[in-house]
Amino acid sequence: MAVNQQIPLLMELGSPGRRAYYLPKLDIPSKPVDEIIPKNLIREEPASLPELSELEAVRHYTGLSRRNHGVDVGFYPLGSCTMKYNPKINEDLASLPGLAEIHPYQPEETVQGALQLMYELEQDLCEIAGLDRATLSPAAGAHGELTGLMLIKAYHEAGGEGHRDEIIVPDAAHGTNPASAAMCGYKIVEVPSDERGGVSVEHLRQVVGPNTAGLMLTNPNTLGLFDENILTITELVHDAGGLNYYDGANANAILGKCRAGDMGFDVVHFNLHKTFSTPHGGGGPGSGPIAVRDILVPFLPTPTVEKDSEDCFVLQHNRSKSIGKVKGFYGNFLVLVRAYGYMRTMGPKGLKRASEDAVLSANYIMERLKDVYNLPYDRVCMHEFVLSAVMQKKHGVTAQDIAKRLLDYNIHAPTVYFPMIVEEALMIEPTETETKAELDAFIEVMRNIAAEVLESPEKLQQAPYHTVIGRLDETQAARRPIVRWQAAETEE
Amino acid sequence: MGHPYLSLTDEERLQMLSDVGVGSVDELFVDIPSEILLKNDLEMPEGLSESELWAHGRMLAERNMSLDSNPSFLGAGVYQHLIPSAVKHVANRSEFVTAYTPYQAEISQGVLQAIFEYQTLICQLTGMDVANASLYDGATGLAEAALMAVATTRGKRVVTFESLHPDYLAVLATYLRAVDTELVVLPAKDGLADIESLKPFLNEETAAVMVQQPNFFGLLEPVDALGDLLKESPSLFVASVNPISLGILQAPSAYGADIVVGEGQPLGNPLAFGGPSFGFMAVLDKYIRRMPGRIVGQTADKNGNRGFVLTLQTREQHIRRHRATSNICTNAAHSALIGAVYLAVLGKQGLTEVATQCAQKAHYTAEQISAIPGWELVFSGSFFHEFVVKAPICAIEVERALLKEGIVGGLPLSKVYDDKKWENTMLFCVTEARTAREIEHLLQVLREVK
Amino acid sequence: MKIPSDLRYCETHEWAKTEAEHVMVGVTEFAQDEMGDIVFVELPVVGSEYKKGESMAVIESVKAVSDIYAPISGTVVEVNESLNDQPELINEDCYGEGWMFKIASSNAEELETLMNAAEYEAHTDA
Repeated sequence: MAVNQQIPLLMELGSPGRRAYYLPKLDIPSKPVDEIIPKNLIREEPASLPELSELEAVRHYTGLSRRNHGVDVGFYPLGSCTMKYNPKINEDLASLPGLAEIHPYQPEETVQGALQLMYELEQDLCEIAGLDRATLSPAAGAHGELTGLMLIKAYHEAGGEGHRDEIIVPDAAHGTNPASAAMCGYKIVEVPSDERGGVSVEHLRQVVGPNTAGLMLTNPNTLGLFDENILTITELVHDAGGLNYYDGANANAILGKCRAGDMGFDVVHFNLHKTFSTPHGGGGPGSGPIAVRDILVPFLPTPTVEKDSEDCFVLQHNRSKSIGKVKGFYGNFLVLVRAYGYMRTMGPKGLKRASEDAVLSANYIMERLKDVYNLPYDRVCMHEFVLSAVMQKKHGVTAQDIAKRLLDYNIHAPTVYFPMIVEEALMIEPTETETKAELDAFIEVMRNIAAEVLESPEKLQQAPYHTVIGRLDETQAARRPIVRWQAAETEE
Repeated sequence: MGHPYLSLTDEERLQMLSDVGVGSVDELFVDIPSEILLKNDLEMPEGLSESELWAHGRMLAERNMSLDSNPSFLGAGVYQHLIPSAVKHVANRSEFVTAYTPYQAEISQGVLQAIFEYQTLICQLTGMDVANASLYDGATGLAEAALMAVATTRGKRVVTFESLHPDYLAVLATYLRAVDTELVVLPAKDGLADIESLKPFLNEETAAVMVQQPNFFGLLEPVDALGDLLKESPSLFVASVNPISLGILQAPSAYGADIVVGEGQPLGNPLAFGGPSFGFMAVLDKYIRRMPGRIVGQTADKNGNRGFVLTLQTREQHIRRHRATSNICTNAAHSALIGAVYLAVLGKQGLTEVATQCAQKAHYTAEQISAIPGWELVFSGSFFHEFVVKAPICAIEVERALLKEGIVGGLPLSKVYDDKKWENTMLFCVTEARTAREIEHLLQVLREVK
Repeated sequence: MKIPSDLRYCETHEWAKTEAEHVMVGVTEFAQDEMGDIVFVELPVVGSEYKKGESMAVIESVKAVSDIYAPISGTVVEVNESLNDQPELINEDCYGEGWMFKIASSNAEELETLMNAAEYEAHTDA
């Protein structure tokens, strides 16, 4: 990486009149623009976009890319995000013109391949979830949550139980869970975790009741622990008349080992950009399909993909009890393509092995770090685990400092300060795609940092040192937000 | 047996198991109740090699008619434009593609600066003060704008017009129903928002008035008049705009929009069967803390070097939880990056030219079609690059006739509207990507359909 | 940790001080220290009424949001506008320049139910 050399903003590059791209000459008779568009609707000044040469633009973005960490650059044990390798062949599939250059309003007979892919992917997801049907529409995990909760709401309303207005969420839950519930008009009831790190069953018993619409849970949970009481928990909610929602953010731990449907969940979302290897693109696009139990099928969003009597695939837009549409068109299709490629490559045995290796890798790291970092829940973990930097904090070094120091070693930091129930949390998820050598290197760096805390804590407080820029001042950014470039004021 | 993408060898697995202190991997799954532990493999096809997958993928792709090799006159929310080659080359660099949301700013300056630039570009296009880092798409972006307006004004009603894209209308309805907010859809008159019908709704109960420019029929809405009317009203003015059209059309800030949203796909993104793409959102300064989604801000390190971070995060779900401005987490950063690179490469003159050529070609084609006996334009208003025509026969049959000649679209409106009156109507889109020859071919087929 | 003896305190770490006919409210040093660098303050609207214990304002640090609760019931008569541009005043001088708002009390006796400095000190040590 280029060290400490600032890259000018796009807006600071270029020169008036410079161009990177020319259209073919207009080959039809034209008219003055103000004859075809009313004058009052025409822009007075063109938008002040950059004026670059092609090389200038290419160098600019290449320069930016070199200032960025990705899975292809180095280890990325960002807990809860499943930063596994993103297979290249799936990128190739997603750029096939027959998949990338098709229009959602083409006649169905001209997109049979696309519909078949969606149909098969739905079947795979249902099998993995142990449920009956799925919708591929949601664009991300949180979008899947919102959709799933809308289904739960529609189900209760259809059953004359529209008064159920509470969603139970554990205190360790992802922030999206309560936020999605609120977007669906629900009240949030929080349940605490017990001393083993699972949902407090005793507490759950007290809060479930006639107003319970449902429970949202991720299992393994955000501590990376599989809730041993899962069957009791889902049964308690069912007995009270509520439904169970499975946040699939952590599904990478259980592929082919057990299924959300068998655990007693009625709705499940999968993050294809986590569990099924599609790249995260610096923050999306993702895809968050949800699979549901038969009782929720009538409410699924439109359209669904169906097979007709002649083995043709069709989009069904009219479903009388549907909650309606949740996204334009049919979901993030090209993300579906990549996930499909991944599943076809891995097959059932490969998926199961992926989960086993992810869990083994996490336990291996945990075992070799727990003597130098506090491990709040000392038991077998699943695909990730949470350490606490409380011992380091006594020396003035926070989880944040440790995170920043890791960056110096070309390692992305773990998720920090989450879940909120663990003080100074460091959530580590290695995934199954890393070599043992990479895991060992990480362990060594983490142990070195722990030693450094004792020797020279002040050094950690100033980290990182070897990145393209030093630690950035987030306080300043939030106090006086500068969120776009503005031309310097011209002097009077 | 080995599997691709898994990096541990059998020997390493054994070593690691022994280091962990267990005899087999099954012991790591002891917390799963035995009654739900799967005994058999999942029922799905066995794994393929890379070359087998490639062949299978190509077979599926060949069962689709690619618009890469067939001229298309479809628009209706997803548009085919010429995409400079450089766009995908730089946007698809794997450092961008394989990164997560830039939580660790010091090793994510590439994505963060690119988003900061993207936010600036969206502000330049729309004339607004601040933009977020992207939303899922145009339809959900509009729904997010509605929720934002409701939270800002505390109104319990959102008003829009029939001239809004039907998918956007459907998504809006789904989102608003979940929070018991009324959605009023006012009629369109000659394809345009009927401003008179809006007047009774201009009061504090109305959180937002939403209009699409150009609208679903391609027509240019009377945004000036709407802006004037809404200036004195407590309701927020939300405009959903086509970013390419802003190459020649007035910036929404000029007609008084409070929130601007839109579908980013036309900016360099593939058709992709409708997704992924990105939704953009830009607002006035005073609403920044109500805006959903990620925002990148400028700051500095201790040596005063300029750098970028995610900022104003207290609005978001991971901190504010159930009181967040939205539940959005993963957005559409990479599609937005493609959009930014596209704008950078097209540049100031390029975008104006694209928009102008779209308008020219669409107007030429509309004129030519309406000159064919039996064919006419359905609406009298001015339009940008899409227009609705009435065919002498059922539009589905026209679609079929065109398809036989390898031409895809326009869109028979009976596919999106139930009312019988749409039976013979078709929505055509002509962008700069269509050549005179392709347009002539279209006209030829239309002249002959019976 | 500074705990001025002439103020009254809430368990949620607000302080209250009688000033002429109004009660001035802010957050304690303990609170501002816990929150870290404050980046934004959402103040109540002048003229609005609150009951004791209701959320009146929000203080944001970079990665946390804290509610400020009404120490007594009453109507907001003035807010500290300088916090809009300089939220850091709370970090720098929480008992002085960093005050948040003034309330016209509707029930003067409520103030007496709040903790005194010694009680608050015991509360924060607990």
